[in-house]
Amino acid sequence: MRLLIKNGRVIDPASGIDDTLDILIDKGKIEDIKAKINVNKAKVIDASRLVIAPGFIDMHTHLREPGQEYKETIKTGSLAAAKGGFTSILCMPNTEPVNDNRGVTEYILSEARKEAAVNIFPVASISKGQRGEELTDIADLVDAGTVAFSDDGQPVQNSQLMRRALEYSKLLNTLIIDHCEDKNLSEGGVMNEGHFSYLLGLKGIPASSEEIIVARDIILAEKADARLHLAHLSVKGSLNLVREAKKKKIKVTAEATPHHLFLEDSRLQTYDPNLKVNPPLRSREDVHALIKAVKEGVVDVFATDHAPHTPDEKDVEFDEAPFGINGLETGVSLILDKLVNKNIITLKKFIEMISTTPAIILGLENKGKICVGADADLTILNLYQEIVVDITKFKSKSRNNPFHNWKLKGAPSMTIVGGKIVYPF
Amino acid sequence: MAFRYKHLLGIQPLTPSEIEVILNTAESFLEISTREVKKVPTLRGKTIINLFFEPSTRTRSSFELAAKRLSADIVNFNRMASSIVKGESLKDTVLNLEAMNPDAIIIRHNCAGVPHFISTFCRSHIINAGDGAHEHPTQALLDAFTIKQEKKKIEGLKVVIVGDILHSRVARSNIFLLQKMGAKIVLVGPPPLLPLEFKNLGVEIDYNFGSAIKGADVVMMLRIQMERQEKNYFPSIREYRNLYALTKKRFKQAKKNAIIMHPGPINRGVELSTDMAESAASVILKQVENGIAVRMAVLYLLLGGKEVEITD
Repeated sequence: MRLLIKNGRVIDPASGIDDTLDILIDKGKIEDIKAKINVNKAKVIDASRLVIAPGFIDMHTHLREPGQEYKETIKTGSLAAAKGGFTSILCMPNTEPVNDNRGVTEYILSEARKEAAVNIFPVASISKGQRGEELTDIADLVDAGTVAFSDDGQPVQNSQLMRRALEYSKLLNTLIIDHCEDKNLSEGGVMNEGHFSYLLGLKGIPASSEEIIVARDIILAEKADARLHLAHLSVKGSLNLVREAKKKKIKVTAEATPHHLFLEDSRLQTYDPNLKVNPPLRSREDVHALIKAVKEGVVDVFATDHAPHTPDEKDVEFDEAPFGINGLETGVSLILDKLVNKNIITLKKFIEMISTTPAIILGLENKGKICVGADADLTILNLYQEIVVDITKFKSKSRNNPFHNWKLKGAPSMTIVGGKIVYPF
Repeated sequence: MAFRYKHLLGIQPLTPSEIEVILNTAESFLEISTREVKKVPTLRGKTIINLFFEPSTRTRSSFELAAKRLSADIVNFNRMASSIVKGESLKDTVLNLEAMNPDAIIIRHNCAGVPHFISTFCRSHIINAGDGAHEHPTQALLDAFTIKQEKKKIEGLKVVIVGDILHSRVARSNIFLLQKMGAKIVLVGPPPLLPLEFKNLGVEIDYNFGSAIKGADVVMMLRIQMERQEKNYFPSIREYRNLYALTKKRFKQAKKNAIIMHPGPINRGVELSTDMAESAASVILKQVENGIAVRMAVLYLLLGGKEVEITD
C-alpha cells in the first residue's frame, strides 16, 4: 500500500526545502514530493500543523543484546527509538560477548531484521574484547555490516593502537568513534570533579581525563588524515580543542547528548543514581560551553547515549550504581523544548544535527534526506504537543532516566521506517 | 525545644541556632555519664539500630552508650556477620531491619550519600555516623562542644585542620559547622589532598603547616591513611611526617593555650607525636567523653521524649 502524507511542513536541510508539501511513498522509497499529489489507492495521512523531517539517526545507543537482555533487547530498544522519533540507531559493541567479530555483528543484524522496529546499525569494537591490545578484523566487520568502530566505555588507552586504528580505517573509509577518557585520571571517579564532588565527598572524574584523549585523538587523526568522531563531549576544554581542529580542517566530528546539555553537576546533591553517567554531568560553565558549541557548529550531531540499566542495578549506593542514562524516549522533546523553542537553534539546524549530518558522517547515502528515491524514513514532529515525561510508560525495558515528570513542549508524533508506520504503535 | 528535622544527615543544612540547640542539649546530658547510675528513662521503649558497615571503635560504642544511658534498646549490626556477605543489597538489608520497627537507624557506610539514600525509603529517623568522604555530623558536633568547653566560644577562633582533607568527612563536617559558628578555618595538607576548590567553602588553604599554625587556637589533626601513599598523593610517610606531623616544635608556633584535637584513631608517630598526643594541650580523650553527651542530645532531639524532664 502506498502512503501519502499530505499538507505537512517538509523540512529537509540537505536540499534546503522548507515548504508545505505532499510526500508519496511506495515500496519503502520516496516516490514523489510536490505541492499537491492526488493518487488513487494510497493510505493518506494528514500532516497539517506537523513537521516532516528526514528520519532521525541516533549515533550512540546501547541495546544490550546479546548478553544483557534483562536491561534491553534489540526489540525493546528499537521500540523506544521509534517512540522517540528515531528511524535509525547505532548500537555500541559492549555486549556480552563484545561485538568484535562477524558472528556477533551478523547475530545483531539478523535479530534486527526479525524484531526491530527501526534500522539497526552495529558498531564493532576497535580492539578484540575491548581490551585495547589487538585490532579487530576491521575489513571483515565492515563487510558484515558494521558502520563504525569504537571501544566505547573501555576506550583505547594505547596511543599506538589508536593510531593504527585510525590509519587502517582509511582502507575501508569507515569511522572511528572514541569515548574520550584517560582511565588513569578517571579511576574510581563517579561524578564531575569540582566544587560539588568535593562538597559531596564523591570521587571526581576530572575534565582533563576527557581533554587529554580528545587532544591525543585529534593529533593522531591529523597525522593519519583519518576521520574521527568524538562521542558525547562534556567539557569546555574538549570543545575548544575541536574548535581549533576544525579550523585546521582536521576531519573531526563531535556529538552532544541531551543530558550533558540540560543537566548540571549541582543536581548530584540528591545522590540520585539516575544522574550517574559517564562522562559525568559537568559544571554550569561546561554546560554553557556545550550549548555554545552546538550553536557554533563545533558539535555536529545530537546523540542520546541511551544506556539502559534496571531499577535493581540503579537503586543502590551511588558509588555502586552503573553509569548510564536511558535517553531514546526523551531526547527529541528535550532538544525541541530547551533549544528550538527557546530560539537557541533553529528547527532546521536541529534536524540537520539529528538526521542530515549523522547520515553524511556514516555514509548512509539514502538516509538523512527527503528526495525522490531516498529511503522512506521520516520523523513527523508536533511542535505544539505538550508532554510530561513518564518513565513508567517507557517502551525501553529500563527506567533509568532523570527527566521523569519534566514538562516539555514538542514531540515526535509519527515515525516512518522504510515506508512503514512504526510509531504510533 | 523541638527540632525541625526528621534525620541528621549532615551539618550542611543546619542553621547556627539549630547547632546551638544540639550543643546546649548536650550540655545538659553531660552530667549523666558521671553519675553512679548512668541512666535516665527518657527514651525508654525506643528501639535503635546501630548499622555500621565500616569498622569503628569510638563512634559505634559512643552511640550505643548514648542510647543505653537514655534507656533506649539498641541492636548492633555487624556487617561481616550479616547477609550482606551473602550478597544481600543494602536496600534489602535496610528494609528488612525496618520491618522490625526500629525508631532510629544510625548508619556508617563507606559510600558517600548512603544516609540520604536510605532516608528516601525508610520510616525511621536516620542518623549519619559517617558516610564515605561526605559528612560525619556527630563528630563535628562533639568537636564544637569540646572547643566551646575549652575556649568558651567558637566565634573568632583560628582553627587549623591538618591532613587528608580530600578524603575526610570529619574535615567537611567541621568546615561546615565551625564556619557557621564564626571560626576562621585554615586547611593544611599536601596539595594533592587539598584541592583549591575548598576555597569556595570560604576557608583558607595553606600547604605549609609552619606558617598556617601561627596564632592558631585549635589544631585539629586528621588521620593519614597509609594507602594514600600507594596512590601517590604524597611520596612517602617519612616525607609526610617531616612536613605535616604535629611536633612540639611546630606546636610552639600556635597560640599559648591552644588545644590539640584528633577524631581518632591516631597514627602515633605519624601525624601526631606521642608527646603531643599526651600533652596537657591535648583534648583528644575529652572529645571522646563529650561524644556521648552530644549523641544523647541528637537521639533525644530526633526521637522526642519531650514529656520527660531531661535534667532530672
